[in-house]
Amino acid sequence: MGNLPKAFGQSVRRKEDPRLITGAGRYTDDQQLPQQAWAAFVRSPIAHANIGEVDTSAALEHPGVVGVLTGAEFAASGLNDLACGWMIHSRNGDPMRVGEHPALASQRVRYVGEPVAVVVADSRQAARAAAELVMVDYDELPVVSDVEAAAAPDAVVLHDAAPGNQCYDWEIGNRDAVRKALDEAAHVTEIRLINNRLVPNAMEPRAVNASYDASRDRYTLYVASQNPHGLRMTLAAVIGFGPEHKIRVISEDVGGGFGSKAFNYAEEVVCMWAAKRLGRPVKWTAERSESFLTDAHGRDHITTARLAMDANHRITALDVSTHANLGAYLSTFGSLVPTYVYATLLSGQYDIPNIYANVVTRYTNTTPVDAYRGAGRPEAGYVVERLVDVAARELGIDPAEFRRQNFIRTFPHATPVEMTYDSGDFQAHLDKALDMIDAAGFEARREASRAEGKLRGLGIGCYIEAAGIGPSARLGKLGSGAGLWESAEIRVNPTGSVEVLTGCHSHGQSHETTYAQLVADRFGISVDDVEILHGDTDVVQFGMGTYGSRSGPVGLSAIDMACDKIVAKAEKIAAHLLNVPADTVTFEDGEFASEATNERLGFAEVALNAYTAHHFPTTEIEPGLKETTFFDPPDFNFPAGTHVCEVEVDPATGVVRIARFVAVDDFGVIGNPMVVEGQVHGGLVQGIGQALLEQARYDDYGQLLSGSYMDYCMPRADDVPDFDVGFTETRSTTNPLGMKGCGEAGSIGSPPAVINAICDALGIRHIDMPATPEKVWRAVTSAA
Amino acid sequence: MYPFNYHKPSSVDEAVSLFLDAEDPAYLSGGMTLIPTMKQRLAMPTDLVDLSGVQAMRGIERQDQKLVLGAFTRHAEVARSEVVAQAIPALAHLAGLIGDNQVRYRGTIGGSVANSDPAADYPAAVVALGAEVVTNKRTISSADYFQDLFETALEPGEMIVRIELPIPRRAAYRKFPNPASRYAVVGVMVAQFDNGVQVGVTGAGPCAFRASTLEAALAADLRPEALAGVDIPDAGFNADLHASAEYRAHLVGVMARRAVADLLAS
Repeated sequence: MGNLPKAFGQSVRRKEDPRLITGAGRYTDDQQLPQQAWAAFVRSPIAHANIGEVDTSAALEHPGVVGVLTGAEFAASGLNDLACGWMIHSRNGDPMRVGEHPALASQRVRYVGEPVAVVVADSRQAARAAAELVMVDYDELPVVSDVEAAAAPDAVVLHDAAPGNQCYDWEIGNRDAVRKALDEAAHVTEIRLINNRLVPNAMEPRAVNASYDASRDRYTLYVASQNPHGLRMTLAAVIGFGPEHKIRVISEDVGGGFGSKAFNYAEEVVCMWAAKRLGRPVKWTAERSESFLTDAHGRDHITTARLAMDANHRITALDVSTHANLGAYLSTFGSLVPTYVYATLLSGQYDIPNIYANVVTRYTNTTPVDAYRGAGRPEAGYVVERLVDVAARELGIDPAEFRRQNFIRTFPHATPVEMTYDSGDFQAHLDKALDMIDAAGFEARREASRAEGKLRGLGIGCYIEAAGIGPSARLGKLGSGAGLWESAEIRVNPTGSVEVLTGCHSHGQSHETTYAQLVADRFGISVDDVEILHGDTDVVQFGMGTYGSRSGPVGLSAIDMACDKIVAKAEKIAAHLLNVPADTVTFEDGEFASEATNERLGFAEVALNAYTAHHFPTTEIEPGLKETTFFDPPDFNFPAGTHVCEVEVDPATGVVRIARFVAVDDFGVIGNPMVVEGQVHGGLVQGIGQALLEQARYDDYGQLLSGSYMDYCMPRADDVPDFDVGFTETRSTTNPLGMKGCGEAGSIGSPPAVINAICDALGIRHIDMPATPEKVWRAVTSAA
Repeated sequence: MYPFNYHKPSSVDEAVSLFLDAEDPAYLSGGMTLIPTMKQRLAMPTDLVDLSGVQAMRGIERQDQKLVLGAFTRHAEVARSEVVAQAIPALAHLAGLIGDNQVRYRGTIGGSVANSDPAADYPAAVVALGAEVVTNKRTISSADYFQDLFETALEPGEMIVRIELPIPRRAAYRKFPNPASRYAVVGVMVAQFDNGVQVGVTGAGPCAFRASTLEAALAADLRPEALAGVDIPDAGFNADLHASAEYRAHLVGVMARRAVADLLAS
């Protein structure tokens, strides 16, 4: 007692790993219910068409088929459309234009993969075979898959509610001030860049197992979700499945999300509806090709940006114009991603007095686009860091020096685009990163490469992001349909072991370990005596799930505050047990003590007494030891860092090899460095994937050309180097633990670092992502 | 996958006769293309004739100036074979570049050559080495074997039994892999024989071919520099998301130069 080493801040091994790596995880597809039936979706092979006759007769006759349900039947069900949870207003004050979005289409399909019917059968095989027998007449319409083409006056219109395919024309910042600064600038750098569309590719595909218990009039939905309570709220209040207490959502083990499992998808709705109608539990697990076609994609921006500088190379203004592709429908957070988590980060790490951004979003005949790791912030970081790099080169200044000259140096710092950075030290991570990569030795390495016929380049990416979404009242003002606090419940058992119920959700984030580390330290108990429970709306009080790097700063802060309440109550009980005044009791390293006595009590002793309730007046102190907290952060927190990439390009083939990669991040206080380093590694691989390899490509007919791993290039271990990861620390002031979110940083800082390095190697101004070998070869050839 | 009948013959004759008796059969060798295609329901054979039990299609043997590979020899067996390493090390190297470990432990040279995927590696070696494709009926010269995209001289039901590869003095293979699939965007084998230099190219065109302009240049001067000015027309070359025809033609030159350098260093 009292001698346990501190766990928080240490690289404690992941408690969840033995289960997950021995195949003992329980994923949605592992759930096998009595009378289980399987669903197969009939999906449109056409990107844009009016739906004619749907003939289900042959499918209904297929052996094993339980039922075939069509879009027309869904339309008659009384259930509502899938909805977007964030209202954005255009700059003229109009609300965003929302197209209809039924879970099963009955009138019109707008992208390849959109579901039009579902077949439910006794086996997966029978469902799939019968789905091929559903005959749908499609009356084809013209197709538009590109966001700029969607703006053309003669472009086909996807939704009657959205003329010109425009969802909104939004702005932030002061346009007149920016125009003036641009006019008065000593130098203006302009760039046009594409932020390539990505497919999320979680290892576990999306999965649903829905059942309906008629005797209790209650649904149970197993679903691979990042946000079970949020989904339940949506299914109840938006879709119309009845009150929340009649729906239980369970997301036990989930194999990766990256944002793509934070949304409400058609399949959940259809499987619940079918389960009640057909009286059988209905399971569906996406095949990988379905994941490519229907998991919400990420990014897909086209941006023109101008940076104004004065004669002293100080940035005076930034003007940004972005066209964002929303896909065929507004996904759950589709409207938010290109606005309040994008343009509000356009100040980067720089003191820019004037910023203006205009974002126009349009519908196209493509898979809906929504949040994908970083969600808006990688797009913003890419604009800023490319622009700053090009500007430095145009001015003939060292890009690191140019950044230094324009860094924000005092905190808090209010940018012209909504955000107030509470803390940071940008110079510290830039210096450390350049030191770690041995920037001083770069020129010698460049010469050595040149001697071998290779081109070497060094590129910097200084990112900042708003993590830990978020301050509820402010987000409500900006259009959020929900509050984004987090809850925690701590149940101390009579034997002194602890259950922690969190509304955050772990799908790779190691909550079972990191959360337990903090609680173990707070109570002076072992990490093994703490169980983290999440992902079941019948178990956990409430919560908003995990995305936006919120589990540490928001979720763990709620737990920390619940620990405070537990300690406060336990101290009162301890005072009675020790027969000392309550205000003399202290609790440290698992021991209750008082200056009034030499006697000490352990945490477990007090816990037991809290439940026996023999030694304190229960009229004053309730028995038991269980507390709940809801923590609403007063603001975002602002992780920032410097990523430095060194590439070596083979000019003959255009192949880019990443020779060195250093990431130095300021995540404030870190709970488990090994886990955080893992988060950084994963993010870096995704960011490097975006920069070099990944791209969702559509043809003119709206067919996804990169719809499998034969053509969509996921990064593999041999595509990336050993990463050199370091940390600096400034505490966040917006949560009690001083933490800053670490989940998305890797994917934000790395793309500009890679592209800046390639441009440096080739001596070119710009190359669009992904910098594939052919693109690089062409750049080399035309630069020569 | 749709249901099908499964057969596992133990001889070539039995395999052929099972094939000819079936309604819409397919030979199953490593299955590295056929099985995924069946799983995607793009192929739906009524009968699969599994060749894994046919002993006559197995084995790696050196016969004088020829290397003889049974059609059912798996890529991993070629990659690690001492016999191959002694006779044609470039072939062992090529086999080790195919797919990934899982593919190399299932896929076979006969399956690869019979399928004639334009991006497969083995066809480059087959044409560069002037191999002979021995079937249950006849011997086909590599010059006549590859005909077009997924098209070979094989007749319906005809089955490759073994492949006989002349042993060059030296050879080298260079591959530019597709970053996603790791198939060859372009693969070039350069082989030096007593009577000349032969260059086989895969990935670039609809099927593997001999690059005669490169061969002529190397016949005069077997050095990478000899290829510097040689024109590689891209007419008829493949073009996809990953590489245009023009880029593929360029890569043929680069891979050929590098293969020659490797060959000279070997």
